[in-house]
Amino acid sequence: MGIFDHFMNLRAVYIHLGWFQISITNLLVIIGMLVLFGLALFLPFPGNKKEGQK
Amino acid sequence: MSTSTEKEMWVTKLRKGWQKNLPVDKLLPDTQPAYVASWIYLFGVATLASLGLIIATGLWLSFEGASWYHGSNVGHFVNSLHFWSVQFFFIFMVVHLWGKFWMAAWRGRRMLTWITGALAFVGSIATAFTGYLVQSNFDSQWISYEAKDGFNSVGIGSRFTVTNFGQMLLLHVAFLPVIIGVITLIHVLLVRAKGVVPPIDAFNKELGERK
Repeated sequence: MGIFDHFMNLRAVYIHLGWFQISITNLLVIIGMLVLFGLALFLPFPGNKKEGQK
Repeated sequence: MSTSTEKEMWVTKLRKGWQKNLPVDKLLPDTQPAYVASWIYLFGVATLASLGLIIATGLWLSFEGASWYHGSNVGHFVNSLHFWSVQFFFIFMVVHLWGKFWMAAWRGRRMLTWITGALAFVGSIATAFTGYLVQSNFDSQWISYEAKDGFNSVGIGSRFTVTNFGQMLLLHVAFLPVIIGVITLIHVLLVRAKGVVPPIDAFNKELGERK
């Protein structure tokens, strides 16, 4: 619990570029969703061997 | 008293419309087209699974109460489960939205499916925000006092009072979940009725006939 308590009580760190501001946490979540989207498009689906064509 | 020339009752029209548009083999299909065998088609059902977990943990939290979920180990766990299932609900829903946007999933008379999905998304955001307001901790106090200025500045603070815990709690646990549930049900039934949208580059007889 100690590590998590410490981690959860830290202040959010923000990236600030002109008018644009985002917390590192939110940025990581968005990057994670984009990675998930990319993986979903390109990773082969198990069992998808065109069984209908046999 | 009924004759064949008599005007049909609304329930008859409803039954005939239901049988025409959503017969039971469409409602509970055991096969799907080949193009559905892709990871991108899983995010809709992942969103539904998350919603199920949100409702289950939300009911548990409601029955036990704030002193339980702030003051016991199991309460903390269920509280966290509720919170994280919401995070994954939104992550899955956004990836589902991206997938459907880029495959133009409103094609083939699926406009209502798209619209109900958009409504579910907007309604979910409202539900999540009211959830932040009813945590009954300093976080919710801070959020509500920040939010009230926003709502007051657009003139709806007297109707939608974010510092009114009772109003926010009822919206979060009763009104908004019912709305989300009904919209989601309609969305899923429309997906069943119209079928899963084919990829844009796939030759499809159905789409060739009605664009």
